[in-house]
Amino acid sequence: MSENIDQYLKSEYSAGWITDIESLTIPPGLNEDVIRLISAKKQEPEWMLEWRLKAYRAWLDMKEPEWAHVVYPKPDFQALSYYSSPKSMEDGPQSLDEVDPELLRTYEKLGIPVHEQEVLAGVAVDMVFDSVSVGTTFRQKLKDAGVIFCPISEAVHEYPELVQKYLGSVVPQKDNFYAALNSAVFSDGSFVYIPKGVRCPMELSTYFRINEAKTGQFERTLIIADERSQVSYLEGCTAPMRDENQLHAAVVELVALDDADIKYSTVQNWYPGDAQGKGGIYNFVTKRGIAHTRAKISWTQVETGSAVTWKYPSCILKGDDSIGEFYSVALTSNYQQADTGTKMIHLGKNTRSTIIAKGISAKHSSNSYRGLVKMNPGAEGARNYTQCDSLLIGDQCGAHTFPYIESKNPTAVVEHEATTSKVSDDQMFLCQQRGIDAEKAVSMIVNGFCKDVFRELPMEFAVEAGKLLEVSLEGAVG
Amino acid sequence: MLNINDLHARVEDTAILHGLNLEVKPGEVHAIMGPNGAGKSTLGNVLSGRPGYEVTGGTVTYKGQNLLELEAEERARAGIFLAFQYPVEIPGVSNMEFLKASVDAIRSARGEEAMSSMDFIKLAREKCKAVDLPADFLKRGVNEGFSGGEKKRNELLQMMLLEPSLCILDETDSGLDIDALQVVARGVNELRSPDRGIIVVTHYQRLLDYIVPDYVHVLAKGRIVKSGGRELALELEKHGYSWIDEEVA
Repeated sequence: MSENIDQYLKSEYSAGWITDIESLTIPPGLNEDVIRLISAKKQEPEWMLEWRLKAYRAWLDMKEPEWAHVVYPKPDFQALSYYSSPKSMEDGPQSLDEVDPELLRTYEKLGIPVHEQEVLAGVAVDMVFDSVSVGTTFRQKLKDAGVIFCPISEAVHEYPELVQKYLGSVVPQKDNFYAALNSAVFSDGSFVYIPKGVRCPMELSTYFRINEAKTGQFERTLIIADERSQVSYLEGCTAPMRDENQLHAAVVELVALDDADIKYSTVQNWYPGDAQGKGGIYNFVTKRGIAHTRAKISWTQVETGSAVTWKYPSCILKGDDSIGEFYSVALTSNYQQADTGTKMIHLGKNTRSTIIAKGISAKHSSNSYRGLVKMNPGAEGARNYTQCDSLLIGDQCGAHTFPYIESKNPTAVVEHEATTSKVSDDQMFLCQQRGIDAEKAVSMIVNGFCKDVFRELPMEFAVEAGKLLEVSLEGAVG
Repeated sequence: MLNINDLHARVEDTAILHGLNLEVKPGEVHAIMGPNGAGKSTLGNVLSGRPGYEVTGGTVTYKGQNLLELEAEERARAGIFLAFQYPVEIPGVSNMEFLKASVDAIRSARGEEAMSSMDFIKLAREKCKAVDLPADFLKRGVNEGFSGGEKKRNELLQMMLLEPSLCILDETDSGLDIDALQVVARGVNELRSPDRGIIVVTHYQRLLDYIVPDYVHVLAKGRIVKSGGRELALELEKHGYSWIDEEVA
């Protein structure tokens, strides 16, 4: 059976082409001058530069984390370029009509709706290409509702009081090695502010694309949902196929004030490397949200890409009765390695969290779930439910579960369930005996396994995610 | 329709079939009976192309082509259906989704157009009724949490939807109470037709009270050792399989 499986596991990465566009890329290397240069390119105010430098100085004393269940050659931070921008974007922000058509074609080719009149018009998109945002749709419509959705580089100028108040408030500069690096060199990303009592009229999304070689992407996303507001945000990512590994170290911060509701969905499809494990993105990301009284933060992620993933979207349940959710599908194939999971930090009374994590490993890949549930002394009556399932395809892959539970309140309840299963020969044969070919059978079985998570995704994304799994599993079984 | 000639087969290192011969013509119902370990289930698995079953000799011709050359899904598309003795669960995949994928695959192999979802749902509901399953079974995961009897009726439901040319029922009666047995038998009898062959593999003659076979064969030690009509099954019930063993020896 495993031989049959192997012969099918030869996934084709469809987003692997390169946009031929002239870029301005600063020379490789990292020092204070580089940070000053990035800051100057964005014409940032002094406080922003100081904030970056503080992060950089902290980073110099920090060590790369080694506790994750992944093995990879350490990136050479002096060999990377920290800023790359399409030349046509050098003259500062433009309206959507003035954006280089070649750039827009890049997103169209990836299936992203870049024109506001398109059918899939229920989604506003911010397009981040290498280090800069190249365009954001529906800004006016959103503005009419009082919603701010713009590149973070622009927010630094336009909404400095919000940025200063919240940037680093959930993920401090010194939080961890990669968060510190990101804080020092972050180039662009999205900024969202939903005012009090406003339900965001459409889905917001950011589409990240790494194009240039030998660059890293360090985006920063900050979403603030003011009291009683509601927003659903989607994020997608792809990169060309390149032989060398590229670094993507992002930071996402969510702030849900009293009674606010943030739903954050990710479909991560960075280039995973080839069948021999050459190339691919190192995806080292810090995502965290803070939920105030009765607020809710929900993370849903479908992770199919990247050579190495290190990512734990987390919730700090600060306010009483706040809710945190984490729904995850992580699929690894070939030589991909993923160490992903979440942290639910219960501070307030009657806080609740749900974790549903589905790991699928195929070929030679390694897939780890790592999750922390922490009940602080004040978390009176708090509850957590964790369900963590692993599905193995073939017999060369590995699945690991590292649950950490710390409970300092005797009234808190923590439940943890875990299963490991295989796509069995009997299931495959049942499908084949009913005329269904092996590939379709695997994708059906895997989709069934992921059902609990897919139903949490916004509709368009759920379909997308199903297709993505199918492509990633192409050739997975026989 | 089906010609099995001197078939030898093994599972891993154990030889199980030792020169089995059988001919099934369209419209016929054949019952294969025999003691435990005789190779009854192996026959169904070999015919349907289950991985792990290795044919070491002999030929199997189905509708004029060499069946043994075909992959499992190709055999299914050519009209061979195996009703499993132990149907496996596929969690999270709804019965409806599974059945539609199956019917689509088989129709497309026959060169027919895919059914619209609406038509399919209608048809599936109709067939559910025929096997006495409530329609909400279609929404549940494939065999997920089904009782033994429900699993077997689900097999029958699939058989009715796929309309195969050759049905092989592998001990479909095992674990069924008398009511469920009658439901299953009624379904099989409905499928009897002049252009369809049916092989009923069973340990007990009880099922044959409801599905009356044209031929009864006794399988022992990997070969058909005795063939006859309906009356052979009754004789077996009276005398047990040891009688056959003595006669063969």
